[in-house]
Amino acid sequence: MSVLSKLKEALICLKAGRVTLPYPAQAQPVPPKFRGRPIFDAAKCIGCAGCANNCPAREILVIDLCQEIRILKYLGRRCAYCGRCADVCPEKAITMSHEFENATDNITDIGQTLELFMSTCQRCGRCFKEPSPLEQLKMKGYRFDDLKNDRWIFRSQAYLGDEPVVDDIKLEMD
Amino acid sequence: MFKNLCQKMFKRSLWVYHANSGGCNGCDIEVLNVLTPYYDAERFGIKLVGSPRHADVMLCQGPAMRSTALALKRAFDAMPAPKLVFAIGSCACGGGLWHDSYPVIGPVEKVIPVNYFVPGCPPRPEAILYGVAVALGVVDKKTAPVKFKQQEYPIPLYHPGDLRTQDEMIVYEKKEKL
Repeated sequence: MSVLSKLKEALICLKAGRVTLPYPAQAQPVPPKFRGRPIFDAAKCIGCAGCANNCPAREILVIDLCQEIRILKYLGRRCAYCGRCADVCPEKAITMSHEFENATDNITDIGQTLELFMSTCQRCGRCFKEPSPLEQLKMKGYRFDDLKNDRWIFRSQAYLGDEPVVDDIKLEMD
Repeated sequence: MFKNLCQKMFKRSLWVYHANSGGCNGCDIEVLNVLTPYYDAERFGIKLVGSPRHADVMLCQGPAMRSTALALKRAFDAMPAPKLVFAIGSCACGGGLWHDSYPVIGPVEKVIPVNYFVPGCPPRPEAILYGVAVALGVVDKKTAPVKFKQQEYPIPLYHPGDLRTQDEMIVYEKKEKL
């Protein structure tokens, strides 16, 4: 009886054949709606920083070096690939690609940095006004995110200092 | 000679310890998916073990939390000397969506040294297998840092001081002024 069941099992296994995918040697297609790494197009980007305000992981950093140059830095390390940045982008400059093979030995490899030219208002020289009072409070023209410590900073907190926010925990390691 | 043999054999038999320090279980499921017959990781000699003392590779999921950082560090110290650490998922790579909340210290990089990063939330089983293949030297890594620069010329700024009258017309000069 047991020999018979074993033989039956062997027959089923032979029938199934080889199921292992030859993956690293041969590329594996992804479903069409798959969201992979976002790709930023510097030619289309107008530098509105809507993606930075909408990112739930707060990992798109914006820093204004001067009135004309704005640096938009995508870190990529804690990105959840939710696609909110691509949804909110008015110029469709962000596309969610099908890239998922992002394994590296250096985490800064997945970052993207855009250096954008921002034109000024020819009348007053300042940036345009935000529509609602809350947004005016939030963004007063300039953003000073901390590129060195990968921190996202509002204008109101920009003068707090250089010490990291997250690193205030002192652990006792033996 | 024995050292060379060890280094050669280390590539063909990686024993994996699977540590979750406060993740959401999504990456755990994907890692277990890699060990199923479809994405057969035992082709590369990878075997899941239950104790860090038997392991060569540590797969970290989830951010380093206040409560688990010490345990993670102790598990890393318990592993024998030629050891690799993989950070799998965006929580382990960069702290996740709640990177700035109270119990989260940050990425596992802050507690233990990490050799390879597999970002994704969760990463596909193919992505994890690709990370293993990158570590083994079977394939090359595809990512590289990207920097774009918009090539545009600065627009001249309007200044009322540059206006002057020229036979019943107002002419604007000094257009190259910034």
